[in-house]
Amino acid sequence: MGHPIQIILMRQLAGYLNVPLFLVGPNGDLLFYNEPAEAILGRRFDETGAMSAKEWSSAFTPEDSDGHLIPPEDVPLMITITKKRPAHQRFFIRGLDGVRRHVEVSSIPIAGLDGDFLGGAALFWEVSD
Amino acid sequence: MRVTLFGTRGSLATPGADTNRYGGNTSTVEVFADDGTLLILDAGTGIRRLATQIPPATSRIDILLTHLHMDHIQGLGFFRPLYDPGVDIHIWGPASSTLRLEARLSRYLSPPLFPVHLRDLPKVVCHEVPRPQFDIGPFRIQASLVCHPGPTVGYRLEAGGRSVVYLPDHEPALALPNGQWPAPDWISGFDLAFKADLLIHDAQYTDEEYVSCVGWGHSTYRHAFEFAAQVGAKRIVPFHHDPSHDDDMLDRLLEESIRRFKSSCSAAAGREGAVFGI
Repeated sequence: MGHPIQIILMRQLAGYLNVPLFLVGPNGDLLFYNEPAEAILGRRFDETGAMSAKEWSSAFTPEDSDGHLIPPEDVPLMITITKKRPAHQRFFIRGLDGVRRHVEVSSIPIAGLDGDFLGGAALFWEVSD
Repeated sequence: MRVTLFGTRGSLATPGADTNRYGGNTSTVEVFADDGTLLILDAGTGIRRLATQIPPATSRIDILLTHLHMDHIQGLGFFRPLYDPGVDIHIWGPASSTLRLEARLSRYLSPPLFPVHLRDLPKVVCHEVPRPQFDIGPFRIQASLVCHPGPTVGYRLEAGGRSVVYLPDHEPALALPNGQWPAPDWISGFDLAFKADLLIHDAQYTDEEYVSCVGWGHSTYRHAFEFAAQVGAKRIVPFHHDPSHDDDMLDRLLEESIRRFKSSCSAAAGREGAVFGI
């Protein structure tokens, strides 16, 4: 089953952005992240490939300022998936290269013309402290 | 199924001595099932002449619009059966996120652009797509949103175990990384066109023209033939010819494409009047 055109177009757009973008399907499963996101997440998408929501939300370890783990359900993109609304947060993420980075993340739901929930996208920035 | 092309031109009707063989009318395709069920794909300027050839006993006609750009609806108001109270007309097409299909069509079928209101036509019913597969007579129909500016669908028609896929305005190759096609589930229109017996596909541009038209929602001959190979179509008909392409140029583009791309599928010219038995 192919992806909806809105998801295909979002991936194409991501490929042309210099802003890190992380794209998931309606169940939160990772579909794609672009090259700028690879620099923050510490691994190329070609190497990770698609992942389940459970896998990616624990692989890219989210931490608060004290180094405590943030529960997966509290990161913006998972809030977007479960509540189907935008979310925003500043936190730390430990990438697959082991490096801890301070990031700011905004996530948005992707809804089709008829309102069908198709997934979500997170845009994020590395915060310079 | 019998498929007849009544309009193969893209963007703008282009009558004239140098477009006689391929035709100057915009997108219109007639599809008859063996039992006489009639579907019309798009309502470009070709639909006026199509109307003159509809069997007199026909009591229902379904018009499947891919989208509402003018070259795909301009003929609608000149389609005689619209004014015949003995004929049920069903128009299928995409809504937008804020307007229903009927409201969108009414922007054209109302003054000052047209003297008659859509709502005043005797027996017209609008239906929105995409929706789950639906049936009209023996046809099983699938409509899916595809890559083209604004809400646009392609159609797959199946009957008697055969399939026709209609993608007249489609840019599946938009932003291909390094010109390489991605995995099938990331290709616009892939599911729709998979192993089609007949694929009627956008081929508006040459490679050179496309450079300045990226994102306009259309394909080159190369894109069309490569897409046909990706989906495993058995036969491709290049369609939606650019208004600036005359007959000789279209002959040349088709011949070159068959030679260059050595597609596994056969190719047939998208000429007005061409008939395909499926």
